[in-house]
Amino acid sequence: MSLPLLLFFACAAAAVAGAIMLIVAREPIHSALALILVMVSLAVLYLLLGAEFIAAVQVIVYAGAIMVLFVFVIMLLNAGAEERTHWSKIAPWAGLPLAFFLLLCLAHFLGHSAIGRTIANGSGAPNTAVSTRALSEMLFRDYLFPFEATSILILIAILGALVLAKRDE
Amino acid sequence: MEFVAQFIAQHPIMVVSLVKIAVLLFIVMTALAYLTWFERKVVAHIQSRWGPYYVGAHGLLQPLADGLKFLFKEDITLPTSDRFVYILSPFLALTLALAAIALIPFGPPSVAVCGQPVYVIANVDISLLFVFAITSIGVYGVALAGWSSNSKYPLLGGLRSSAQMISYEVSLTLSVIGVVLMAGTLNFNSIIEAQRGYWHIHSIPFFPHWNFIPQIVGFLCYLTAAIAETNRIPFDLPEGETELVAGFHTEYSSFKFAMFFMAEYANMITVSCLATILFFGGWLSPFPDSWTWTFYLPGVGLLALGAYCLYDAIVGMRGLHRIQLGVVTALALGMGALCLLPQVRPLIEGPFWFTAKMGAFLFFYVWTRGTLPRFRYDQLMSFGWKLLLPVSLANLVVTSFVILLRHG
Amino acid sequence: MTAVPISYYLVLSAVLFGLGVVAFVFKRNIITLLMGIELMLNAVNLAFVAFARARGQLDGLVFVFFVIVVAAAEAAVGLGIVIALARNRESLNVERVNLLKL
Repeated sequence: MSLPLLLFFACAAAAVAGAIMLIVAREPIHSALALILVMVSLAVLYLLLGAEFIAAVQVIVYAGAIMVLFVFVIMLLNAGAEERTHWSKIAPWAGLPLAFFLLLCLAHFLGHSAIGRTIANGSGAPNTAVSTRALSEMLFRDYLFPFEATSILILIAILGALVLAKRDE
Repeated sequence: MEFVAQFIAQHPIMVVSLVKIAVLLFIVMTALAYLTWFERKVVAHIQSRWGPYYVGAHGLLQPLADGLKFLFKEDITLPTSDRFVYILSPFLALTLALAAIALIPFGPPSVAVCGQPVYVIANVDISLLFVFAITSIGVYGVALAGWSSNSKYPLLGGLRSSAQMISYEVSLTLSVIGVVLMAGTLNFNSIIEAQRGYWHIHSIPFFPHWNFIPQIVGFLCYLTAAIAETNRIPFDLPEGETELVAGFHTEYSSFKFAMFFMAEYANMITVSCLATILFFGGWLSPFPDSWTWTFYLPGVGLLALGAYCLYDAIVGMRGLHRIQLGVVTALALGMGALCLLPQVRPLIEGPFWFTAKMGAFLFFYVWTRGTLPRFRYDQLMSFGWKLLLPVSLANLVVTSFVILLRHG
Repeated sequence: MTAVPISYYLVLSAVLFGLGVVAFVFKRNIITLLMGIELMLNAVNLAFVAFARARGQLDGLVFVFFVIVVAAAEAAVGLGIVIALARNRESLNVERVNLLKL
């Protein structure tokens, strides 16, 4: 049980627990907190995979800005507990075993594929982190047009959010 | 015992890191406690009064008394809507505030034990980005505290406070990008190394090569955004006593309130550390390396402090206070003598200058707290979005132009 | 076995994606639906980063960067719509938004 394996299982357990809590929670604020837990554990997994810059961006943008937006909207709209709706009776009995079987097939085929066997951490793997300089050179040279397009997309999103949420005065 | 010895032999890096974390945690918690004493004394002297002087000599045991008071105060439990979030918020705020200090280098990385630098716990390549990541999650402590208190003043205070924090976070991040462009790296130690050297006028060393002269606009933006980010006066409307009772921490009592209190001071320490690293040369000495007499300044300074405490103990104090000041004198004189030893001197030089600069920033923080009135909330938000953000962006554009012209 | 094969990360990504779909399909609060979408996007990001590491190329990381940016824009606009809906319908239950006219 090496440290990378232990850390992977801990973060994977936290992520899955957060996702299940997202589904099971009755208050939206608890679902939001569960999603923040998922995002932070995913950031640690990105660190394990050597992508430090992406881990930092995930925490700053996703967990630190987008989820703050969600939490603000939940607080401002005073979203209360969810109403109980009628769930289908057959869904858990038919769905869960099928989902589990699908997961087993997926794990089998991924585990026995060539790319699935590549080792992420430990001996035999390039254990160096991705340098921010290399990533930014690729972002600003090969992917310059999508970069500028997403900046226009953000501008449109700002305008859209402003117009949609404005009160009619 | 066998097992412990074997563990230490097999995992030296982990043991060294654990020891560093324990020592730093102890030092930071003591510094937090004495920062409250420092603030009360300085604000009192600005207001022409004494401040705490009764509990211990010069009020030096006041933080201990406050800590004991917080421990023994009644913990009022509210019929809140959400117990889990109510208890989680102060823990979250304090944990995140302390976690950011793990990335700060207090001294040069050349001082090393088992190949690990002693003065920094985590020397990652993108440490600046990680510090901003940790401060950006710190918003949750405030917002969730306001929400879970189930009462209108905390909710308003929490929402306003967190809205202010996320607004000024943008300007904070943009104002330091000029420094990153000049240094070409996000690592703290490399940014400090890029500030070595001196500017000369006719080969007389004139001023150290620190970042705050070429990046003066960035520095002023950073300072303003940092004061707003930590919710200090003049930006503390969401928690001012006359405005919103106590803002988001109204409904918290005893130990949980103490945790919010400590989290605010820990945030102050973090942004002061960042300011010294990014703009004032971090652990570099302000004097050129050729002036070797300045190497003895830390020891001489501590000896002078010890002499003053001795004078005060003999002339000014009576009884128990005299004994306490005697202990402080002995400590100061002992540490001063230790710092003058040639083996110890290069080791403590870095932390001494770093702590001195950080102390100057903390004094500036407390000074503005005692002097300035507070902003109204709409003035605060329009200042952040309509003035500070464009100025930071302009600083970024001008810096990149200048760098392009120089190296292009 | 002292290392983590990439297939572990891919299976985790599949599990999270499936849970995101369950959250999207079975929840009634609009904000929780949007959170299910964010969970799905996060699972996809994990798969991208894992493949980028497996192939040794950085294109996966650049794509993750763009997915995060687009998710931010989408969350902002989606929550704007939610606020407008809540103001008009007085309820955050997605079953109440069943008329073509707002």
